[in-house]
Amino acid sequence: MESDRFATSVAASVEPAAKSGGTVLQALTDMLVIIEMELRKLRHEPTELFTRAVQPVLWLLIFGQAFSKVRAFDTGGVTYQTYMTPGILSQSVMFTAIFFGLSTIWERDMGILQKFLAMPIPRAALVLGKALAAGVRALSQVTIIFLLAAITGIPLHWHPALLSAAAGVVILGAVFFATLSMIIAAIVKTRERFMGIGQLITMPLFFASNALYPISIMPDWLRVVASVNPLSYMVDFLRGALVTGQLTNWQADVGVLLVACILATAVGTYLYPRIVA
Amino acid sequence: MEVIVEVEHLKKSFGKHIAVKGVSFNITAGEVFGLLGPNGAGKTTIVRMLTTLLLPDSGRATVCGYDVRRQAARVRQCIGYVPQALSVDGALTGYENMMIFAKLLGLKGRERERRIAELLHFMQLDDAAGRLVRTYSGGMVRRLEIGQAVLHYPRVLFLDEPTVGLDPVARRGVWEILAKLRRTSRMAILLTTHYMEEADTVCNRIGILNRGEMVVTGTPEELKALVGNPDASMDDVFTYFTGNFLDAGGDFRGIRQVRHISRRLG
Ligand SMILES: Nc1ncnc2c1ncn2[C@@H]1O[C@H](COP(=O)(O)OP(=O)(O)O)[C@@H](O)[C@H]1O
Ligand SMILES: [Mg+2]
Repeated sequence: MESDRFATSVAASVEPAAKSGGTVLQALTDMLVIIEMELRKLRHEPTELFTRAVQPVLWLLIFGQAFSKVRAFDTGGVTYQTYMTPGILSQSVMFTAIFFGLSTIWERDMGILQKFLAMPIPRAALVLGKALAAGVRALSQVTIIFLLAAITGIPLHWHPALLSAAAGVVILGAVFFATLSMIIAAIVKTRERFMGIGQLITMPLFFASNALYPISIMPDWLRVVASVNPLSYMVDFLRGALVTGQLTNWQADVGVLLVACILATAVGTYLYPRIVA
Repeated sequence: MEVIVEVEHLKKSFGKHIAVKGVSFNITAGEVFGLLGPNGAGKTTIVRMLTTLLLPDSGRATVCGYDVRRQAARVRQCIGYVPQALSVDGALTGYENMMIFAKLLGLKGRERERRIAELLHFMQLDDAAGRLVRTYSGGMVRRLEIGQAVLHYPRVLFLDEPTVGLDPVARRGVWEILAKLRRTSRMAILLTTHYMEEADTVCNRIGILNRGEMVVTGTPEELKALVGNPDASMDDVFTYFTGNFLDAGGDFRGIRQVRHISRRLG
């Protein structure tokens, strides 16, 4: 005698619970569920939020202090530490996001990814949900940098609208680099190769950008690289929002980041399922 | 008999290595079909093709009447899948793992909560539902995974080596759940295993897979009759049809996978 309600329910149901499926609304809902899952994990294991903040704090306090004494170029009338704050925020967000793909490889090894890919969820919802969750995590770095600036007296523009805009652009940047990272994971497939590629590209992305110095002082070839590097556009926006208070290039900055995100999501959606093949 | 899974001449190679060499079989509603074979026989590869994770090189497979190649999205609506590795998120509670899956499967509101409660009970996890899965035993994790996989009452459930690495007690717990599913639902179940006893106890039909080839299919009784000895063990049956000992098989990759899983289970 089976007393389980499950048994009766299953016996009574002829068709599996069909998802309405296929609509944009359904994809958006799925994406939100993926984000919810990631945030719930974060709530159970919040230590990551603190560990990812250590590096930018060290950069700002040590490197920033030391180089404020060196006046190698015009920072627009602010200390070098202030000048580099948006750069360090961007760099730390990029460094963390670019290794996001490691979790994809780990989930593949664990079989978690296989389960999601065998479910009726649009691939784009999976990829974008994961990337947006990475974006939300990056807000911890924003918070730490803002706190640090407030405590140590780095004179940022404390305008609520500008700060919110900065947070938004940080999410956009994190989405791009996290998606790029998932693309790399899907191509190289193993942890070892992924770590190799990750380490290979982070430093060039960092130094071939305006994070630490203006593009104007770079040699021509580097200028070309820096101007196709999405990190530069993130830094440019943040510098405008936080340091000068003037968003002179915001359309270009946001536009480039948006296009980069859309392209990366398209490629990621195509490649992501291949990591289990 | 309603055929739920139909496989014809399915083939898959990895580079030069042919992992699945033109396999054919059917599974009907209410049936527990056991794919029995040593490590490296191609069991997981077949399951991955049927769950739309891997494209077949040639041959044809339909699940719930949908082609796995051309109607993958439809196939995903009607299947449940529990992969070989233990694959629930340890950083979520048992309830959260169920809830996220239920949402992704399109279940809403009270019906969602009803099914989650119902299945946590069925899997004997009501008491552990609020704990992080990281603290679960291997057997509990497996039961939770099966619960997740049947939330939408799929027509077919794929279980890849559901008891590998589990201790005998936990293994029997999973067998009980499967027996209960078999008694009470019309779900078709495809289960892969390299344990003879499991195939004998849980399945009502068995296909013996060896080096990517389906050597024979039939009920345990039929297979034993073919061997000419109704008291034959599954081991005898396997040796009779393959000329191999089940334990002798297995390549490095397969063994490493099993070790990996056993180690994680502690
Ligand atoms: N992704 C892969 N790349 C290369 N070879 C693979 C891959 N997956 C499986 N194989 C090989 O295919 C064969 C069958 O593997 P698998 O289906 O995992 O066997 P089983 O699940 O029966 O242990 C093995 O020889 C294995 O090494
Ligand atoms: Mg296997």
